[in-house]
Amino acid sequence: MNIREILDTIKKPFGKGEKFEKFAPAVNAFDTFLYVPNHTTKHGSHIRDGVDLKRTMITVIIALLPALFYGIYNTGFQYYSQIGTDFTTIDAVIHGSLKVLPMIAVSYIVGLTIEFAFAIFRGHEVNEGYLVTGLLIPMIMPVDIPLWMVAVSVAFAVLIGKEAFGGTGMNILNPALTARAFAFFAYPTYMSGNKVWVSEASKVDGISGETILGMLASGETAVPYDISQMFYGGIPGSIAETSTLMVLVGALILIYTGVGSWRIMLGSVIGAALTGWLFNLWGANELMSFNWFNHLIVGGFAFGVVFMATDPVSAAQTTKGKWIYGLLVGLFCILIRVFNPAYPEGVMLAILLMNIFAPTIDHYVIEANINKRLNRKIKTNLKVA
Amino acid sequence: MSNDIRIKNGLTINLKGAPENIIKKAPFPKSVSLNPSDFHLITPKMVVKVGDKIKSGETVFYSKSNSDIKFCSPVSGKIADIVRGAKRRILEIIIDCDKEQKSINHNFSKFKKFSRKEIIDSLLNSGCWPFIKQRPYDVIANPHKEPKSIFVSTLNTAPISADLEIILNEQKNEFKTGIGILNKLTEGDLNICVEKNHNSFINEIDNVKVHNINALHPSGNVGVQIHHIDPINSGEKVWVVGAEDVALIGKLFLTGKFSPTRTIAVSGPPVKYPQYYKTIIGSKLFGIIEDAGIDTNLNLRYINGDVLSGRIVDKDNYLGFYNNTLSILREGNNYKMFGWIPFINNKVPSIYKTSFSWLFPNKKYDLDTNLNGEERAFVVTGEMENVFPMDIFPMQLLKECMSGNIEKMENLGIYEVAPEDFALIDYSSSSKIEAQKIIREGLDLMISEVG
Repeated sequence: MNIREILDTIKKPFGKGEKFEKFAPAVNAFDTFLYVPNHTTKHGSHIRDGVDLKRTMITVIIALLPALFYGIYNTGFQYYSQIGTDFTTIDAVIHGSLKVLPMIAVSYIVGLTIEFAFAIFRGHEVNEGYLVTGLLIPMIMPVDIPLWMVAVSVAFAVLIGKEAFGGTGMNILNPALTARAFAFFAYPTYMSGNKVWVSEASKVDGISGETILGMLASGETAVPYDISQMFYGGIPGSIAETSTLMVLVGALILIYTGVGSWRIMLGSVIGAALTGWLFNLWGANELMSFNWFNHLIVGGFAFGVVFMATDPVSAAQTTKGKWIYGLLVGLFCILIRVFNPAYPEGVMLAILLMNIFAPTIDHYVIEANINKRLNRKIKTNLKVA
Repeated sequence: MSNDIRIKNGLTINLKGAPENIIKKAPFPKSVSLNPSDFHLITPKMVVKVGDKIKSGETVFYSKSNSDIKFCSPVSGKIADIVRGAKRRILEIIIDCDKEQKSINHNFSKFKKFSRKEIIDSLLNSGCWPFIKQRPYDVIANPHKEPKSIFVSTLNTAPISADLEIILNEQKNEFKTGIGILNKLTEGDLNICVEKNHNSFINEIDNVKVHNINALHPSGNVGVQIHHIDPINSGEKVWVVGAEDVALIGKLFLTGKFSPTRTIAVSGPPVKYPQYYKTIIGSKLFGIIEDAGIDTNLNLRYINGDVLSGRIVDKDNYLGFYNNTLSILREGNNYKMFGWIPFINNKVPSIYKTSFSWLFPNKKYDLDTNLNGEERAFVVTGEMENVFPMDIFPMQLLKECMSGNIEKMENLGIYEVAPEDFALIDYSSSSKIEAQKIIREGLDLMISEVG
């Protein structure tokens, strides 16, 4: 008996009209994970493209891996370089893995449990979207956040951020950012300050570390990191956001495969660079005079723009709208950084804000198209008359 | 006069089994069928009973909602069966062919002097009217309305579909006559779209507007052409006629007989000898598919029409009324282990570069009917626009069709689209959205609510 036959035997009691029909989505999720199903086209086009949501979502995960691996290494690197002992890359990776992998596990277990429950309850198939969200959430948290907070944030994001709106494809806010924003406002002491960004900082007195943006916000002028450290990512910060280089690798994968919208990414970079440059000219405080290029490579800007702003569900959906949305994400990110020292990291709030405005942007883009059509009708009528 | 149109958004799908330039004469069929489902929204009112003798060109049924629109027998013979489904709905009328063909003779010798009304009456009575279809809605035209223009597309851009130029070159005179007839039906333009850089005889026809268009599917779709040449506003009607159907109309007036021949391209990866066959509309498939070297024991899908927008037909059944292509694909009801992992399954082309198939742009594929995934909610954006060369927001229109919001549908351009224009969206959707079905239902809603 091969695996396929075993699966079919297992699936039998979950089939149509059978005893456990209600639980079919859960079983199907595992089955379709192993095998692309034997479904054939019933209506419409008889041939179909090789792509499906599983493929696109897995591509995003592949694009996330470089940043994740570097984040794991950097967790250990920051810790060991602060306590001052000798360490190897392996030590750093082991330390980081012990910190990060439990967070990923908690995120997936909590999130997928809710997803499966809703799929069974609503009678639809389990959507693949959470595979990405579930990995993103731990990647954008400070490393020392307690696991139960991860669990609560995930539950909040999936329940209130997504399922309350009708599930995958219907949510207004990016679920991963919803989780982070929830944690940010619910447990602020665990999400900001100089004791959360480096592993064990809250327990060991000798360890501390503030993000570059945090330093600038509190008025420190001498940032102890140079531009290459900012770019390669050997700095404190949320787990996977620090390395612009690794995020760029992910961005290339997304753009090259066509899965991520290059318009949103480029729009955001242009928006942020322009805003940063204008503030450079003004230069009234530390954050304003912080070089515009450095703005692009510190904090979560790169990570947020590449992996969060491009979430197709919560971003603008029209081509023109994507440009506008991207530009505004960049603009608001720098605005929030500069004008709101309580929130030295602006990208999370900028993207969430634009998530809310994305439907409005689309509305006006579509309205322009509708007006064009109506004007055409009026013109033709005039010609006839 | 000719104008150039360039279509940028579209997709070429390279399939094996494109038809070769060979036209074979198929043996005269033993039986033919008329299938009312070819005529969308027409409820047949039967004129004949089982066992009746019938000549070619004699009315078999007419439309219940408009008794002027008659559907005539393509052959002379005997009504063998009227197949009915649930609620006695007529599914198919099967006619056994006579050995000696007799047909009704119309006197159209002075057709060049016919008025518009005389032409319309001749088309209605002879059985040629169903060739004239109407946009919006993609249904048979209403003879009591006047169209603002008429469109004929002489290029087929769907994958491995019939090359209409090959078909028309056989019947140049009939085509020109047909165009002359159609020209009398409208005050507006008669637009013919030809493939760019093809010096076809169509450029020489007088009193028509010829448009050159690049061949990138769906540029051959007449809906795309209308959108770029003379877009439909609400309340307007445009008539469209298939290229070979124009020639059939021409033939009717030249000979006075309704003899609907059909040149059909048999194509698809499992076809041994993909080529053209000259046969009769509604012929039994069997003789043709046998000759084309198809192993009928295999699990194959037979499609009346192209692989993107055609309709499934059983191998024991009959050709459709309109299609010039009979496509054949392998059924893909097999599982693929871990088939969703990127860069593994490279046998299927993709608009995304998540497999290595894009490295071989000229490779021809043997696609089957597997869905390559499961249906999901709308998630990815922007992919529809890439294969949809109209100034319309396809995803927003689909969503409004699903929610049945008539005003929004109208505003977003429902009058300008037909299901076939959404075929590539069906194909490329990563959420496996059934776009053509949604649009058809949206159009039907418009017909019942707006008319």
